[in-house]
Amino acid sequence: MKETSITQELYRPLSPARTAFSRGMTTIAFLLSGLALLPLLAILFEILRQGIPNLKWEVLTSLPAPVGMEGLPSGFANAIVGTVIMVGIASLISIPVGVLTAIYLAEFSKGSPIAHLIRFVVTVLSGVPSIVVGVFAYAVVVLTFKGFSAFAGGFALSVIMLPIVILATEEALKLVPTSLRLASSALGASRFQTVFRVTIATALPGITTGVLLAVARAAGETAPLLFTALFSQNWFEGLTSPTASLSVLIYNYASSAYAEQNTLAWTASLILVGIVLLVNVASRIVTSNRFKIR
Amino acid sequence: MTATPEPAQNLIDRDRLNDVNLANQDGHNSFIDQGFTWLVQGFAMSVVIVLGWMSWVIFRQAQPAIEKFGFGFLWTQNWDINELTFGALPYIYGTLVSSAIALIIALPIGLAVAVVTSERFLPPWIRSPIAFVVELIAAIPSVIIGLWGIFVLIPFLQPVQQWLFQHLSWIPIFNSEPAGPSMLIAGIILAIMILPTIAAISREVLIAIPKELRTASASLGATQWETIFRVLLPSAISGILGAAMLGLGRALGETMAVTMVIGNSDQISTSLLNPGNTIPALLANQFAEASDGLHIGALMYLALILFALTLIVNMLAIVLVKFLKPGEA
Amino acid sequence: MQFSFHDSATDPSSPTASGMTPALRVKDLAFYYGSQKAIESVSMDIYQGQVTAIIGPSGCGKSTFLKALNRISELEGTVRVEGQVEFFGQNIYSRQVNLNRLRRQIGMVFQKPNPFPISIYDNVAYGVRVYSRPSRSSLDETVESALKSAALWSEVKDNLNKSALGLSGGQQQRLCIARALAVKPKILLMDEPCSALDPIATMKIEELIDHLRQELTIAIVTHNMQQASRVSQYTAFFSTDESRIGQLIEFGSTAQIFMEASQPRTRDYVEGRFG
Repeated sequence: MKETSITQELYRPLSPARTAFSRGMTTIAFLLSGLALLPLLAILFEILRQGIPNLKWEVLTSLPAPVGMEGLPSGFANAIVGTVIMVGIASLISIPVGVLTAIYLAEFSKGSPIAHLIRFVVTVLSGVPSIVVGVFAYAVVVLTFKGFSAFAGGFALSVIMLPIVILATEEALKLVPTSLRLASSALGASRFQTVFRVTIATALPGITTGVLLAVARAAGETAPLLFTALFSQNWFEGLTSPTASLSVLIYNYASSAYAEQNTLAWTASLILVGIVLLVNVASRIVTSNRFKIR
Repeated sequence: MTATPEPAQNLIDRDRLNDVNLANQDGHNSFIDQGFTWLVQGFAMSVVIVLGWMSWVIFRQAQPAIEKFGFGFLWTQNWDINELTFGALPYIYGTLVSSAIALIIALPIGLAVAVVTSERFLPPWIRSPIAFVVELIAAIPSVIIGLWGIFVLIPFLQPVQQWLFQHLSWIPIFNSEPAGPSMLIAGIILAIMILPTIAAISREVLIAIPKELRTASASLGATQWETIFRVLLPSAISGILGAAMLGLGRALGETMAVTMVIGNSDQISTSLLNPGNTIPALLANQFAEASDGLHIGALMYLALILFALTLIVNMLAIVLVKFLKPGEA
Repeated sequence: MQFSFHDSATDPSSPTASGMTPALRVKDLAFYYGSQKAIESVSMDIYQGQVTAIIGPSGCGKSTFLKALNRISELEGTVRVEGQVEFFGQNIYSRQVNLNRLRRQIGMVFQKPNPFPISIYDNVAYGVRVYSRPSRSSLDETVESALKSAALWSEVKDNLNKSALGLSGGQQQRLCIARALAVKPKILLMDEPCSALDPIATMKIEELIDHLRQELTIAIVTHNMQQASRVSQYTAFFSTDESRIGQLIEFGSTAQIFMEASQPRTRDYVEGRFG
């Protein structure tokens, strides 16, 4: 009978080749995804394992001890100070410029060709290798002022941060409902008032998140500092002197032959990764909450 | 306004006239507005200026080397600081080879992550956390990945490299005794670093494909994987290529982690188990100590090549991701 | 309101007329999206070789019901089903049922035309290629006959390798019908197939539905009552009350539903008094 053949059809398994293809691909995809998670877990595990035993107060407050001097307190306080100062300089330059640029892109450009150009350039700029940014800062600051300096490092970091701040701020501004802007304009507010009192106020959590992500990124950058701020074994000596940073310290001490310097590199990594992950996870929570409200 | 009704002619007093005088009000506002518009526009243009300035400065600094070596710089391979002869070939070769290894490894893994976290293999609440954790690798500073590379990855992979040499040394790419740092390790480190880029963008592209196409395919009796291979991946192909290009752009310019595990050898070798060098690694190693004008010029010339290379790759990527949306094949 | 009925010799006077084989028999079906009950206690037959229209106000669960008939709703989230749906006597919700085989037997056409972003030919050949590796000539034949059945052949025969996205909305929808027909399903489910189309394209699809009845069984969800009266032999009226759970109010021959409905709510709806 025809009907019975139809119903048997429903119970017939797929051809062996198709079943094997489905099962095989699922297995492969899950294995590869597991493989993708492995490096992060391995890195975090190793940083905790190597970094925690040496995480003492003195590490955060003392200078690196000269190699071979047992018993002296050894740490990287100067590198922490240097990183904070250079990221601070970079923030002072890149946040105002970045936020205003994003305001232009999100609020004033109305799809003009200039806006398209700027958005394109921002994306291109975010893809410029950080070492090339370092070369640029070297040419502009180090060669001009004939010396490595904290300012050169901060300048390089600001170029790294700029596109990140712009893209994040523009995203945050775009999430502000148009109806709010219209409501503000309908009450007679000027564009300037609308942007500052309504749009930016509403987008502030998103902008803050984006800025923090940019700061975290800058704090971990090494390549732009290698030949701009260089490094120093001493305390911060001023904006025009070579300056230590956590990231360059990790680089220098990673390849050191002395185990105690290797250990310091791991501890510095622990602090850097701690900050970076904290900011990333926090920003993730902030953004996903914002989506829930909407 | 007063509560008592006023005579009609009093309605047109001076204050109220000012109140409805649109030109006056507008004139005041548009003055601030105009100034503000100019201000933000000026700041926005600064981005374009920075990129232009960067190109010009690097080009100008490279000038001495460009004049001296010309395009021959690209395919000569002697780099001698004392003799002041410079050739870029080993570094260009190393940059391209290590990035190619990275792409070959990261593309299938990234796609697998994108598929697992965008399609219906897992409950929705667990998909985005997985994607987030994979993307988190991108947040870890490159120098820390390099540190991990030196102390964990190289010792861990050394037996694998030994095995490749012992059993597959008849293949030219495995025909040298591995010493630890190598082109292969650099490629693997790069693969780890560009994986988040490829996974995240491919995932976005897959999620953007209309749900209806998946339903249509299922209603024709196709399995989920048949739908993925016959409908989703073909629809997403330009976005996936764009993701691969962005990953490539990142790999070409990646500095710290590569510098720390590639071994910094200036010899070109077909064997991936040999150490090598890349443009960013050489810049990282030599810039701080460079003092001779021609040496700085040669390094600037290298930076210019890297800059141009990543610029082209990134622009291609942007075009592929942004302008060829899925479903417009 | 004026309704013109499809005059067909096979038009039965009552749904229980002898000689009608149910292609699908729905027994006391309840359907949940997550924990939200969407429809409850639906029992009806969809007769072989007939067109069954499913009408009702929006939100009455008619589309949910249709998607439960080939289990395509399971792609949209976690669903739960009580009761049975029998396809020629076999419960499609039984554990042993292979979903891919099931959906091949019970094809579907959606509200919005959803051709794949590939060529017209590849769209129609898609379902066939998934299941077998046919020779080029037999595939050509299948594609041609499916396109002819969908009344699209004459319009696209010179452009088979062009992208399906270049077709008009009505053509795209007929392409989707051809694509569904190419795998030779026993039943075709249509979820408001004309809601995104203009009147002329709608007319073409309606004519097509009438032709297709000779080859297969059709169930069509529509919010357009004239359309239901024009294309169907049987009609099911769904509605909902304050509970927002869809229910089958009345099922019968189309003539009966539109002319002499037994339920007052059905009468009100077909006469345009609510919904």
